Amino acid sequence: MSFLELTGIQKSFGPVRVVHDFDMTIEKGEFVSFLGPSGCGKTTVLRMIAGFETPSGGTIKINGKNQESLKPNQRNIGMVFQAYALFPNMTVHDNVAFGLKIAGMDKAAVDARVKEMLGLIHLGHLADRFPYQMSGGQQQRVALARALAPKPQVLLLDEPLSALDAKIRVSLREEIRMIQQQLGITTVFVTHDQEEALSISDRIVVMNSGRADQIGSPFDIYNKPATRFVASFVGTLNLIEATVVDPASNRISIGDQGITLREPLGPVKAGDTVSLALRPEAGSIAEGAKGDTALTGQVVSTNFLGSVIRTRMKVGDPVISFDMFNAPGLSPPAVGDVVTLRFTASDLLIIRE
Amino acid sequence: MKTQKIGAWIAILFGASYFIIPLIATFEFSLRMRRGEYTFDAYRSVFSDVQFRESFSYSIVMAILTIVFGILLVVPTAYWVRLRLPQMRPVVEFITLMPLVIPAIVIVFGYLRLYNSSSFIPFTGSARGTDLLLMFSFMTLSLPYMYRSVDTAMRTIDVATLTEAAQSLGASWPTIMFKCIFPNVMSGVLSGAFITFAIVIGEFTMPSLLNRPAFGPYLQLIGANRAYEPPALAIIAFAITWASMALLQLVSRFSKSAPSKP
Repeated sequence: MSFLELTGIQKSFGPVRVVHDFDMTIEKGEFVSFLGPSGCGKTTVLRMIAGFETPSGGTIKINGKNQESLKPNQRNIGMVFQAYALFPNMTVHDNVAFGLKIAGMDKAAVDARVKEMLGLIHLGHLADRFPYQMSGGQQQRVALARALAPKPQVLLLDEPLSALDAKIRVSLREEIRMIQQQLGITTVFVTHDQEEALSISDRIVVMNSGRADQIGSPFDIYNKPATRFVASFVGTLNLIEATVVDPASNRISIGDQGITLREPLGPVKAGDTVSLALRPEAGSIAEGAKGDTALTGQVVSTNFLGSVIRTRMKVGDPVISFDMFNAPGLSPPAVGDVVTLRFTASDLLIIRE
Repeated sequence: MKTQKIGAWIAILFGASYFIIPLIATFEFSLRMRRGEYTFDAYRSVFSDVQFRESFSYSIVMAILTIVFGILLVVPTAYWVRLRLPQMRPVVEFITLMPLVIPAIVIVFGYLRLYNSSSFIPFTGSARGTDLLLMFSFMTLSLPYMYRSVDTAMRTIDVATLTEAAQSLGASWPTIMFKCIFPNVMSGVLSGAFITFAIVIGEFTMPSLLNRPAFGPYLQLIGANRAYEPPALAIIAFAITWASMALLQLVSRFSKSAPSKP
């Protein structure tokens, strides 16, 4: 039995169904991210777990206990919001102590737990400050401490880093992950930022139009996208339309160049079109680059992105991007140059949905 | 530039004099009770009048009760409308504006028709019942100001998210209301309370037609029968209103700096 079980969850707002038959199980201590674009239903699922929305169908169980009949304040679920939601009239200490006082803990125990929580987020010295006297990152850490203080059975994080600047986001997401592992708390994290999800999750649920398109480890989600949507949403990806030449030998052509795929093409016939995915970092144009497959094309643009240089080359009609790591001695190809991109045939994934 | 500034100052002084000169004249007249010298005899006379003390005390008690019950009505209403019924906001705003467009005399006649001693709810059948009805009528009169003050204060906080945050921490509705929402709209509540206080102290129509011994009817009575006490009372009434406004200003400034007190 899994710790958190979502079975056939549905949610409709009037005639509009925003979550369709969502099934998922989460183990105790696991960190799962719901990743998807705005309006895909990820926050709605999170809010149903918290009890702020009532599912139109399906069941939610935590530790084997059905949650439908429980109000949000009876579920013992900690939640961190995008907008921090610290109580403006209370100090940091009082904010963290809020849930503990409601739980009926005595003052000494409350103070000890608040001290412990503030120590965990390294803000013990700011206990007497009010929220408005703190930066966004500090406020969100306090919100995290407040959510964790009553020892919730599940921690829900609703885009907690979205309102912060880039540097703080990176440091805070690492801090969140570290605290989560330290406490071993089951966590559901909602984000539309793929980098965030990939960097801190045990598993990722990629959501699209109210459905889970793929559930898997960050590695699987990135390297083996199950659908066209996952392939296009997670990371940068070349989506290449190729023509089937010989289905029996998995032979296809991109532009006028033939390639033999490792993966079976499946039920297609010669002349059909198949969608292939290739990560920009999968190939190399360097001399002596390894790879059993090659595509030759003309460079149409080169973009400097800091640590990498992204080059786009035209192979017949398709345009394929590839990355080169930036190095002091590197001379990127010029526009108009003809280059050969080498890669392993297994890096070309067939996108079936 | 300089000419423009002088012009602006002249306009301000002209506008201010429109209000200030009659006030100074009233104050000056209130000091002339004794022939040939300025004294506070009129004020002394007013303060020593038992009826003044009784009517003023009565109005203060009514003001306090109106404020307490008004807050209990308006804060949860404004909160609930913001949280659960945002589509009802225009309707609630319209209802709260009604006392501004319906004259007090019309409202009070309506009350007398509905709640007279032979009606289903005979509020006017006893003095206490009439007091209760008067308090409700004061609440009605102050509704536009109280609702707007509280609603404006609620606009400055994220009511929905704060409520959900409190719920996720195990808080019940009364705890959310009194520990998370109420303290954060206190400046609005106090603004509404002071305006309500000023309205109740000066209101004539309602207590007069309900025949209750409030300060408004007393002001009218003195004005009809005495010469120097009415201007003294007018100045006292103004002083009370100004004190309320000054307190309102203080509270709004205090609330802006309150969180920094530790």
